[in-house]
Amino acid sequence: MAHSAINVFFAGNNFSRILQGLWTSVWIAGASLIIGLILGTLLGILRTLPNKIIRFILRLYLEFFRIVPTIVLLFLFYYILPRTFHINWPASWMAVLAFSLWVAAEFGDIVRGALESVPLVQKESGLALGLSRVQLLRYVLLPQAVQLELPATINLATRVIKTTSLLMMISIMDVVAIGQQIIEANNQKYPTAVFWIYGLIFFLYFIIDYPLSKWSKQLAAKQNR
Amino acid sequence: MTKEVLRVEHLNKFYGDWQALHDISFTLHQGEVLTLLGPSGSGKSTLIRCLNGLEDFKSGAIYFKGQKVETNSKNWQELRQKIGMVFQSYDLFPNFTVLENILLAPVKVQKRPEEEVKTEALRLLKRVGLEKYVNSYPRELSGGQKQRIAIVRALAMHPEIMLFDEVTASLDPEMVRGVLQIVTDLSQVDHMTMIIVTHEMNFARQIADQVLFLENGKILENTPGEEFFKHPKTNRARGFLTSMDF
Amino acid sequence: MSWQIITQSLPIFLKAFELTLWLSAVGIICSIIVGILCSLVQYFKVPVLHQIITAYVELARNTPLLIQLFFLYYAFPVIGLKMSAQVCGIIGLVFLGGAYMAEGFTGGFAGVNSSQIDDGKALGMNNLQLARYVVFPQGFALSMPALTANVIFLIKETSIFSVIAIPELTNTALDLIGMYYRSNEYLLVLVIAYAIILIPVILLLNYLERKVRYGTFGD
Repeated sequence: MAHSAINVFFAGNNFSRILQGLWTSVWIAGASLIIGLILGTLLGILRTLPNKIIRFILRLYLEFFRIVPTIVLLFLFYYILPRTFHINWPASWMAVLAFSLWVAAEFGDIVRGALESVPLVQKESGLALGLSRVQLLRYVLLPQAVQLELPATINLATRVIKTTSLLMMISIMDVVAIGQQIIEANNQKYPTAVFWIYGLIFFLYFIIDYPLSKWSKQLAAKQNR
Repeated sequence: MTKEVLRVEHLNKFYGDWQALHDISFTLHQGEVLTLLGPSGSGKSTLIRCLNGLEDFKSGAIYFKGQKVETNSKNWQELRQKIGMVFQSYDLFPNFTVLENILLAPVKVQKRPEEEVKTEALRLLKRVGLEKYVNSYPRELSGGQKQRIAIVRALAMHPEIMLFDEVTASLDPEMVRGVLQIVTDLSQVDHMTMIIVTHEMNFARQIADQVLFLENGKILENTPGEEFFKHPKTNRARGFLTSMDF
Repeated sequence: MSWQIITQSLPIFLKAFELTLWLSAVGIICSIIVGILCSLVQYFKVPVLHQIITAYVELARNTPLLIQLFFLYYAFPVIGLKMSAQVCGIIGLVFLGGAYMAEGFTGGFAGVNSSQIDDGKALGMNNLQLARYVVFPQGFALSMPALTANVIFLIKETSIFSVIAIPELTNTALDLIGMYYRSNEYLLVLVIAYAIILIPVILLLNYLERKVRYGTFGD
């Protein structure tokens, strides 16, 4: 019984479809992370500037993403962009946009925290060497900040990866949506398919996220020593 | 001959492959003050921490009042009630008031009646001049005050030996004297048996009945206090005393 | 944007609001209990249980709640374990939240200064006394920031209950959008509803966090 149900993975082109779905999830996560990290670095730097208005606006921006659940965020983009602004992108682009802005908000906060925790003496000795503010940022502050922020950044990445499971809510054919299709198509033949397919997806997420979170924990432990 | 309180025989301690203590042996009698001197990293703190089981050791033995110490955690826990220790970090428990810090171990560990311990705690606090801080939290105190209270906290357990591990090393210079005065008093008035790790040479000279001079985890000298400061036997000890320049 | 659409939907949203609050509260309280129990096992390194809980924490933290819920709601009935959507939701949330809370408390206990532990040992405390008077009180205070983050996280995660048709806030908004095709209005109410829940919670927890820190770690 169990043995036959496992066949559902290999019936027809099921396996390659699952991998295809996985790829959709992976590229959306990857693209969002790349765009979000670049944008977030800028936001983080802006938040260390003395201009109160910029800081206030960026703080509001961050708090908005802190309060709105990601699933709601996806729907905001999915419904409002086409209906109100007549922007008719594919759903996967909307997802990348929503995730990128979310990542940018959270990463901006990580960058700000890291920049602020670089010891003052580092800044002062950079300035004493005659570095300009931009050079100081480029050669002294950002390289040190990157080290400090690495564990939190990896953690953020694991969250983005887990959140890709919501993509099917805005009708993107991600790994979960394809899993559902396979389950429905095979319900008659393999009644326990639901167990195996969700089990496989559970496992796929785990083998991506577990090494990442382990790595982040190790880095953090090393820094605390 | 006074009673022997502590005897250490051939103690060896390793951190991985690295030997931190080499064949340490000495004896301490009732009312004596033993001072551990030596450059930083010589193993003084490691040794004093071995003496109440905060560090384990590979071989050798410790005898407390003639009885060999079984080095299991249960036994150490019993024994620590008779061995008071004060650390460099002057850490009181930040979640308790001064009085609660002092009462905690006598009442919860030794199960002595709270009223009795409280009376004693107040008397001890008065003795170190801090009775008005009885209900303060540690954060409201200076480093020197915290360290004096840490001593009171250890004394409230009625220890038979007191271990002092660099108790003034993290203090502001003006706080140091008050703390050292209390330790001196303990020796002169109460005849407390003590082992002291310190960098305060004048204090060590004044208080030490016996000096162990350590370097690289070995005892280079085990001499009566006066003798060590007047006529150090080894070049190492002479160099050390000169470098301390007191 | 129509004001009328919004006011008409308010009674429906109010019900959903109550349900979200209720599910969050139950989920968070149970998660804290599970988290404390697990972190105690981890602290005392209880044989066997220790390994099981380590595995549980890693599994729960590194997989999405959505898949956990699908498993409970769709896959478990196949092996004869049928539960209502709300029960599945709570179990899923506590499965996830318990692991996050356990991690937070364990981190707090581990963060207690080793010199504090030396102090306790030097005063002759046994392991239980050390835990009770030194490690736990200080460790819980240290884990307050993690607790705060987890509470906010879990409240937001209840939005995922919408995938198993629990009529909480997000599910209700999606239903209304599906029926009346007025996305702007319903999404606005939805976002505001989350803000009404989360802003006071964030403010309260930040206040508590500061208070706890001030109360025990002044220096």
